[in-house]
Amino acid sequence: MATMMYRDALRAALHEEMSRDPRVFVVGEEVGRYGGAYAVTRGLFDEFGAERLVDAPISEASTVGLGVGAAITGLRPVVELMYVDFVGLAMDQIANQMAKVRYMTGGQVTVPMVLRTQGGTGRSAGAQHSQSLESWLAHVPGLRVVMPATPADAKGLLKTAIRSDDPVVFIEHKALYAMKGEVPDGEHLVPFGQAATVRPGKDLTIITYSRMVHYALEAAQKLAGEGIDAEVIDLRTLNPLDMDAMLASVRRTRRALVLNEAHRTAGFCSELAARITEELFDVLQAPVSRVAAKDVPVPATLLEKLSIPGPDDICAEARALVQRRRK
Amino acid sequence: MAAAKSAPLDAGLRLRLFRMMLRIREFEDRVAESYLRGLTAGSMFHLSVGEEGVGAGAGCAMKDGDVFTTHHRGHGIFLARGADPGRMFAEVFGRREGYCAGKGGSMHIADAKLGHMGANAIVGANIPISLGGGFSMKYLKTGGTSVAFFGDGALNQGVLYESMNMAALWKLPVVFLVVNNQYGMGTRIDRASACLRFVERAESFGVRGAEVDGMDVEAVFRAAGELYEHGRAGNGPAFLIANCYRYYGHGRKDPSPYRDKAEEAEWKKKDPVELQKVRLVADGVLDEKGAQAAAQEAVDEMEAAVRWAAAASMPEPGDLWTGVYAEPETR
Repeated sequence: MATMMYRDALRAALHEEMSRDPRVFVVGEEVGRYGGAYAVTRGLFDEFGAERLVDAPISEASTVGLGVGAAITGLRPVVELMYVDFVGLAMDQIANQMAKVRYMTGGQVTVPMVLRTQGGTGRSAGAQHSQSLESWLAHVPGLRVVMPATPADAKGLLKTAIRSDDPVVFIEHKALYAMKGEVPDGEHLVPFGQAATVRPGKDLTIITYSRMVHYALEAAQKLAGEGIDAEVIDLRTLNPLDMDAMLASVRRTRRALVLNEAHRTAGFCSELAARITEELFDVLQAPVSRVAAKDVPVPATLLEKLSIPGPDDICAEARALVQRRRK
Repeated sequence: MAAAKSAPLDAGLRLRLFRMMLRIREFEDRVAESYLRGLTAGSMFHLSVGEEGVGAGAGCAMKDGDVFTTHHRGHGIFLARGADPGRMFAEVFGRREGYCAGKGGSMHIADAKLGHMGANAIVGANIPISLGGGFSMKYLKTGGTSVAFFGDGALNQGVLYESMNMAALWKLPVVFLVVNNQYGMGTRIDRASACLRFVERAESFGVRGAEVDGMDVEAVFRAAGELYEHGRAGNGPAFLIANCYRYYGHGRKDPSPYRDKAEEAEWKKKDPVELQKVRLVADGVLDEKGAQAAAQEAVDEMEAAVRWAAAASMPEPGDLWTGVYAEPETR
């Protein structure tokens, strides 16, 4: 085990996969000489050169489209979209091309490409650089959606994403890049569709992903002091979604709190709430509880923190949830 | 253009181009007829009658190892690249034996084995995908070229200019080929663009530009062939605008009230199939009887293809779920 930062774990994954497979290349704004806006690709340009660390002009739609075309014709592109907030500029290429080409051609072509991007709050970066837009992407059949919460998962999931024959949207979190954690040595691959139970518990299940995993753990620790034992599940991938892990846990605890940094309305946790309710309505002691960002654009300055859920919000919701009981 | 100075095309090729145009026209007319017979899956198809010179000329000029994408009016180009009309009809009819297993329909017919990376129904969206095809060819040093076919409607889409810039910046073998049928749906090109000097637009990006009479299949074959070779030889991207005319409406139910009937008649005088026939007869490559026989051959071929496709099987309900992902769900 080595301790490394989330961004270094991502770079290690890129480095290993580029060394292993000459078809893997990286293209995006500032990925080469600059080393990436969040320094994920730093140093790779010196080793792999301009042919494989391709600095793209600010043309998001065509850069994603280039990835689609290159993937269809035998390469394995890793396209970097600097902020998930820029997804609108490339949405046709993502939702209509990258996601659908395979199905529209009756399965003739594969699109083994990764769209790496990052989202979330934490830098007071304002409404256009702080969003959590995963539900826009998870809505589209054909795309895998991956959101790692730890350095180990960042590395293991990115390696799996690069080796996947499906198009993968890989959403990192800007507030996690400097986070340190243990990463297994050697070939470390984390399969898609396997959630991690990061804290076992018996009173309620908190289901979340990405940075909110850490908020959930913080809340769970606080709750433990009050005699409330929360289980925390990190989904790791939204598509494929590990329904079994989620349902098995909730079947046991009979209470579910779903948590995301995205807006409450039509956020991914709304999907989770619906699925849990459909499957486990009869065993639930209380309605599934959603904890999410306020339905306002993400503000800069102090207001940013108020707009997204924090450990205290999770605790308050969890306390209310465990007190409810089916009559 | 330099192409005009080249040696004449050989007789066999000239005949092939003629026959290909007959096949394309017959195919398209059979699609329309099949709709009336209730054979097509829906009514969303776009016919390229009037554009056969471009489809046959630019399609036949491609070589094995080249890749291409088309727009929603791409039947002719795909046929010219070697598609089997039976499987094309089967796709239009929504059958399992169709090129895309009945999931693509008229607007998405493609065969990856023939270098077809996908037919696109979002105007201009295939252009960056062809950019990626060109990127691969340079990266993998395949020596091929990547061709994006799109209509004049895409001339004002931003991705065209993003992609031309990137293709020129990285010297990629990409040919941007405009099938200019004068109308983006119902809007004539001069009602959509303030400046019609499109070749200059391309050249301003560092892309080699050319214009060709799209009603002249031989001119298209030469011009496209030369620009494909330009890419294959590592000289970077090129742009070709081929001027032609869409005889039918945008879609099946469009009688084109926005078009001047005199304008339609003027263009039909330059009919690409007729022009090639007259030319071949004048040059003694073909006589009237031979021309009739060629037309009958196309009719027979397409009739048989329709019959085959009409007897092909309907998708099974389980097919709905296949082909979404390459890898099965992990659980």
